[in-house]
Amino acid sequence: MSVDTLDRPRDGAATGAQAKLSVIDCDIHPMLRSPKSLHPFLSTRWRDFVDSYGPHTRLPFLGSPAYPKATPALSRRDSWPPNGGPPGSDLDFMREQHLDPNGVEYGILQVLYPAVKDQRNLEFAAALARAVNDWQVEEWARPEPRLKASISLPCEDPEAAVAEIERRAGDKHFAQIFLTARTSEPLGRKRYWPIFEAAARHGIPIGIHSGGANGVPLTPGGWHSFYIEDHFGNAVAMQTALASIVFEGVLERWPDLKIVAVEAGFGWVPTWTWRMDRQWARFRDEVPHVAHPPSTYIKRNIWFSTQPIEETDRRRDLRDTLDWVGYDRIVFATDYPHWDFDDPRYAFKVALTEDQQRRIFTANARAVYGLA
Amino acid sequence: MGDTAFGFVDCDVHPAAPDMKALVPYLDDYWRETVVTRGIDGLELSSFPPGAKAHGRPDWRPDIGGKPGSSLDLMRANLLGPFDTRFAILNCMHGALAQAVNDWIAAEWLDKEPRLRASIVVPAQDPHLAAEEIERRAGDRRFVQVLMLVSHDMPLGKRHYWPIYAAAEKHGLPVAIHAGSGYRQPTTANGWPSYFVEDYVAQSASFQNQLLSLVAEGVFAKHPGLKVVLTESGFTWLPSWTWRANKTWRGVRRETPWVDRPPSEIVAEHVRFTLQPTDEPPEPALFERVVDQMGSDALLLFSTDYPHWHFDEDRALPQGLSASLVAKIARDNPLATYPRLREEGLRETVQ
Repeated sequence: MSVDTLDRPRDGAATGAQAKLSVIDCDIHPMLRSPKSLHPFLSTRWRDFVDSYGPHTRLPFLGSPAYPKATPALSRRDSWPPNGGPPGSDLDFMREQHLDPNGVEYGILQVLYPAVKDQRNLEFAAALARAVNDWQVEEWARPEPRLKASISLPCEDPEAAVAEIERRAGDKHFAQIFLTARTSEPLGRKRYWPIFEAAARHGIPIGIHSGGANGVPLTPGGWHSFYIEDHFGNAVAMQTALASIVFEGVLERWPDLKIVAVEAGFGWVPTWTWRMDRQWARFRDEVPHVAHPPSTYIKRNIWFSTQPIEETDRRRDLRDTLDWVGYDRIVFATDYPHWDFDDPRYAFKVALTEDQQRRIFTANARAVYGLA
Repeated sequence: MGDTAFGFVDCDVHPAAPDMKALVPYLDDYWRETVVTRGIDGLELSSFPPGAKAHGRPDWRPDIGGKPGSSLDLMRANLLGPFDTRFAILNCMHGALAQAVNDWIAAEWLDKEPRLRASIVVPAQDPHLAAEEIERRAGDRRFVQVLMLVSHDMPLGKRHYWPIYAAAEKHGLPVAIHAGSGYRQPTTANGWPSYFVEDYVAQSASFQNQLLSLVAEGVFAKHPGLKVVLTESGFTWLPSWTWRANKTWRGVRRETPWVDRPPSEIVAEHVRFTLQPTDEPPEPALFERVVDQMGSDALLLFSTDYPHWHFDEDRALPQGLSASLVAKIARDNPLATYPRLREEGLRETVQ
């Protein structure tokens, strides 16, 4: 929960906490210090474009999300760097507030802003992707070896996206490809296959972060009213994005692909899988290219990050859910510096065995991302 | 079930009009001329193509062809007899001409078969006309609820729809929200998927959003007597919905101060779920746990979703239910949800 609604003392014996924390945090959001922070990585044309026009997506307001977040800059109130700039923009402060005290062995950077893949101008998206990727390396991953970058892509232009993957493949500063769940078309559709092909060929995992401004209503019943619906609905949108990847046969075609679903929790995974398995059996004649029940692919190819972790009233319910998802499928994430940050000491309301803890907090992510 | 004498209340059964000709006698002059001169027909939802096996169980299909669910005799032979049906609630999924559809249901189904009850089909896109239709039908006690579609123009919590909820509440009619889409928006937040199976799986995603819309917009604060029945929605997603909705509400509740208690409490009081399709787990033991996670034995209402194909033979009840829970699902919960099913000496037509 957000830091200003913490309803119990932080100094008690916490379940799930480790004496000495060791965490691979699969979701850290670095921010530009200013809109001009990417200028060193952009050509004159695109610098001028940023200065004159700026990002052009499908969101209605320049300075505010359509559904204003819970807090300014959607961030923890204590995460504004003392030396200025928005939350997530100051590496020293990130070290001091997050990486050091929370025992972050590695942190996977996910750049939400600027929204590279949501740019309507595809050439700008390609230029922005390249700049954001250079910026991540120069400003974050190179100076701080604990941080690993994610390859941002102009994914609505698959040809340019593949060129960007080729440019970054083999660069150990990058741990994965960054996509979001809400693309112009469902993510499993054929137009995106060149991206999956390149990822599979280079053995690069794909992180699918919740969100994305694709211009499509968040619900099949139209546009919602409130942020609570926005926050919730984006987790639901992860379900349909993954269903697309499964039912289009992406994971049949590229059986070694690794996909990490980020910031959608995992409580829905078991029942969603049961539903897909049941309906796959009923509609098998429609999707003969999906050779196995969806659960086969989910248990083989997809991992789920914890945050925002489900909080059950009864501990047993969380325990059941973890058992059903599988301790080998779950990776830990904090979402630093955002307001709904999960603290590794307090996130789990059930006690984990040493082995379960090791898997969720480090071993699974280490294996998925090929980290030392 | 514990007391089998009562029989089962089947809360989701689909009758189909064979074609527009069947409805023409119930249309006024203007609409009769309109459908004839413009050749309007085929108003079943695209999301449920009648030829698909999933939407017409093979052994329930008419031998002579025709749409699944279009024959009362077959419904008697395949459903009402073998499933020991005390009442079956007809949810007609025709997407237009609500008045005529309701007249047709009354004349062709309810008048002919005393075990049948029906939902009032309404034009939700015009909530005032919808409320008028509810007023017109409310006197016929065989219409036991109001029927809406889960995915259409707007999220269902929006004030646009409140006249419908007011009319339903006034007459003690639950509002059924049924799977299906008017295709006014893409069927997922990710755009239009390729396959029917994705649309179908995504129905439960739409229900998750709509349930939160109803809660967040304050529909139940405004209409404390309103009951909503999520129909053909699946329900095993409810526990994870609750964990997420309660947590997010705790974090951002200042945004919707009229939501003055956790969403789970509001759902437990106001919302019910039909049984089929049941997204059953691979092991029955897990199913018991999910039902336990739902936190109440009052939430589930028996349904077959006839003539859709969710189970074989007569196995409409998933494995792993205790006898007492079966009795709740088959009889007690529907009777508690639908006041009109409890009325003694119900006349076939009251008006």
